[in-house]
Amino acid sequence: MNTKAFIKKYTMVIALVVVFILFSVLTGGRLLLPQNMSNLLLQNAYVLVMACGMLMCILTGGNIDLSVGSVVCMVGAIAAQMLANGMPSVVVIILCLIISIVIGVWQGFWIGHIHIPPFICTLSGMFLFRGLGRAILGSKTIAVNNKTFLNIFASYINVPGIDGGEKKWSAFIVGIAVAAFLIFNTIRSRAAKAKKGYKQGSAISEFAKTIIISVLVLLYTWKLANYKGIPVMAIWILVVVLTYAFITSKTAFGRYFYAVGGNEKATKLSGIDTNKVYFAAYTSMALLAGLSGLLWAARIGSVNGDTGNAFEMDAIGSCFIGGASAYGGSGTVSGIMVGAILLGVINQGMSIIGLDNNWQYVVKGAVLLIAVIFDVVSNKKTGKAG
Amino acid sequence: MAEYILEMKNITKEFPGVKALDNVNLQVRPGEIHALVGENGAGKSTLMNVLSGTYAYGTYTGDIIYNGELCKFSTLHDSEEKGIVIIHQELALIPELSIGENMFLGNERLGKFGIDWDRTYHEAEEHMRQVGLKEEATTLIKDIGTGKQQLVEIAKALSKNVKLLILDEPTSSLNEEDSKMLLDLLLSFKKEGMTSIIISHKLNEISYVADKITVVRDGSTIETIDNENHDIDEDRIIRGMVGRELSDRYPSREHNISNTIGMEVRNWTVHHPLYTEKKVVDNVSFNVHRGEIVGFSGLQGAGRTELAMSIFGRSYGTNISGELKIDGQTKNFKNVRDAIEAGLAYVTEDRKGNGLILSESIAKNTTMARLEKVCNNGIIDVDKENKEAEEYKERLRTKTPSVQQAVGNLSGGNQQKVLLSKWMFAEPEVLILDEPTRGIDVGAKYEIYCIMNDLVAAGKSVVMISSEMPELLGMCDRIYVMNEGKMVAEMPAEEATQEKIMAAILQSDKN
Repeated sequence: MNTKAFIKKYTMVIALVVVFILFSVLTGGRLLLPQNMSNLLLQNAYVLVMACGMLMCILTGGNIDLSVGSVVCMVGAIAAQMLANGMPSVVVIILCLIISIVIGVWQGFWIGHIHIPPFICTLSGMFLFRGLGRAILGSKTIAVNNKTFLNIFASYINVPGIDGGEKKWSAFIVGIAVAAFLIFNTIRSRAAKAKKGYKQGSAISEFAKTIIISVLVLLYTWKLANYKGIPVMAIWILVVVLTYAFITSKTAFGRYFYAVGGNEKATKLSGIDTNKVYFAAYTSMALLAGLSGLLWAARIGSVNGDTGNAFEMDAIGSCFIGGASAYGGSGTVSGIMVGAILLGVINQGMSIIGLDNNWQYVVKGAVLLIAVIFDVVSNKKTGKAG
Repeated sequence: MAEYILEMKNITKEFPGVKALDNVNLQVRPGEIHALVGENGAGKSTLMNVLSGTYAYGTYTGDIIYNGELCKFSTLHDSEEKGIVIIHQELALIPELSIGENMFLGNERLGKFGIDWDRTYHEAEEHMRQVGLKEEATTLIKDIGTGKQQLVEIAKALSKNVKLLILDEPTSSLNEEDSKMLLDLLLSFKKEGMTSIIISHKLNEISYVADKITVVRDGSTIETIDNENHDIDEDRIIRGMVGRELSDRYPSREHNISNTIGMEVRNWTVHHPLYTEKKVVDNVSFNVHRGEIVGFSGLQGAGRTELAMSIFGRSYGTNISGELKIDGQTKNFKNVRDAIEAGLAYVTEDRKGNGLILSESIAKNTTMARLEKVCNNGIIDVDKENKEAEEYKERLRTKTPSVQQAVGNLSGGNQQKVLLSKWMFAEPEVLILDEPTRGIDVGAKYEIYCIMNDLVAAGKSVVMISSEMPELLGMCDRIYVMNEGKMVAEMPAEEATQEKIMAAILQSDKN
């Protein structure tokens, strides 16, 4: 691969590295402190989780879900209210996730089966669920202080015996295990390909990629070990991200999302139920928005009428920054994770510097535009809009 | 006056990895109709895009001399200023705007305050009269047929003071009547001194209108043939195009028709999806045996595509009634999936719109209709998928460096092969091929015919819908003729002639 092709393929990764270094310098190295590195993940948990669902919507043809911020608020409000009334936290969590699915089915039905344009349907949802959320809160801020609930979402993993001291060794041990697994997996998949006589990619680039990722995992878990260990929230994020990565890249059902975005008529004539694809996209999106509501409520410790405001923009922004096509049909989970982390680093970096909130919006807006301009220009020759 | 109105000298144009044009020379005399022929991907369209400035000066090497001066066009606008207008195969009209608005799009007739609509429509109607288009200038484009839309494009070219008109496959989506009209129009323009370049795959049309025929093959001009008397032998052109003798345009096959009926349709009636009163298909019955190729002839709008799609899992129409049997079993499809699982495949006439996902790879397109074949419990085995795609690529001789190539990058003939791969991969017993050779060159056509022969040799049933009668006569065992939604004739291929088919259609019109 020549330099040009390399830059084109890894544009956003390179941008992430540049932005990361930039903010490390601007913050005088404070971005790299273990606490900030840990917060980078926790503060952006909702973006990482919702970007996965948003990708599915965008894949179907550049359709977005505007209602997710409001769903975060409403589900968070319901959870806070129920917990405040003394309901057991596990029941609350299950009920909240069921309510999220019901919201998703509601929107998915109108969009998938009645063919209401997603933009309009979810715009209505944006008002609807925000209003319901505020009504449930009774215009108040409700604190979340149920111990079990906080433990399930916002605590840290603490293995007795090894995590007693200054360093939480369990985090680093997990890091080593993950790195070892990644390297082993690359060797195994290459061997399997060789055995079946399939074509293999270049050994150098495949191993280089694995090793770089492994080193990053090790560095990051080392940072976590130096703070409070692995946050439980990381596990929730990981489960969601890996599930969606698996669905989009490996399963037939995931392939249908790309097909619908690529050419809906051809997809229909190939015997694929496109209504179901839309339905699934919006149902899963609402479920993830609901989960984000729970994560956010636990992280912040309270819910109010403005909770989740403009969250949809973060999720949508991550997808487009991460290379999802605004016309649908292309985009990967790994790509949008890079987009989400890029946004997260910018958020976190600006907060550490102490940049005024209003200017943070300006910077985020500019980054989104630049990212998409870059994407469109570099893909002009092959892109749909070209 | 110079001997040539246009001279293109040593034009070379490269795309990353491909030399699309290699030292091409083209000379066009004033007032002639010059045809460019060649297989798909030979470089005809690229050459015209160089001429019109779509590929700017500097991205190619060589000289364009027009009216005695060296031209350096960097945009379409530059060439239009000189009177060179190109009309692309895919019409560039906006359906929701009127004929008049389309005609002066980007070239609006302005008055003191914005657009002068009276002048716009007046001038539009003048140009429409020149091309013999009898419509109101305020009619919306979406309300007129493709044939008339093509005329609007030409009228639009006239409004730009065209001196050299380039037409890329102008008749590919027209029926025979409209095509004839268009060609006669070109001939009348020629009398008035206009020069045209026409790209076409339809050799009979070329021999009818062209004065000179330049053959392009693999990015080079092979020869320029004289056709002053309009009597050139089509085989002579084909020889130049494929670089070899094509003794028979239709591959021979053993007629091994089984007695078993593969698909039988009885009293099939389909109503229009929007105007539900209207019968698009009216009480049609037909059958196709195993090992048989059955042809469907008819004019555009005869209801053949609608018939096929309504059979194929109700993908067209409402209020569908009738009986459908596959392998003797009565079927009642609710959706396309049912039809595919029952062993039916419909290969669409519109490969770009309804058939393929152009942005996706050949491999992904190939497996799309039957993805479960390369899945374990819903998980795609990508290696297996690639291997299968590779096999079909070999079998159908699709020209591509890799099955990871996006389908949109292939030429029309190769796209058609991918579309066929997709449906062959679905392992159907009955295939309905809708215009399987539309817009593809002679060599690729021959290969598609061979694939059809292989299919029936393997005991499949093939239904072929085509507007090209010679193709039906050459390939089919039996021919059905449809007109205005009704079945009007059925004849064995050996008894059928073009005249008989036309007669059947005209006869039914009278009734």
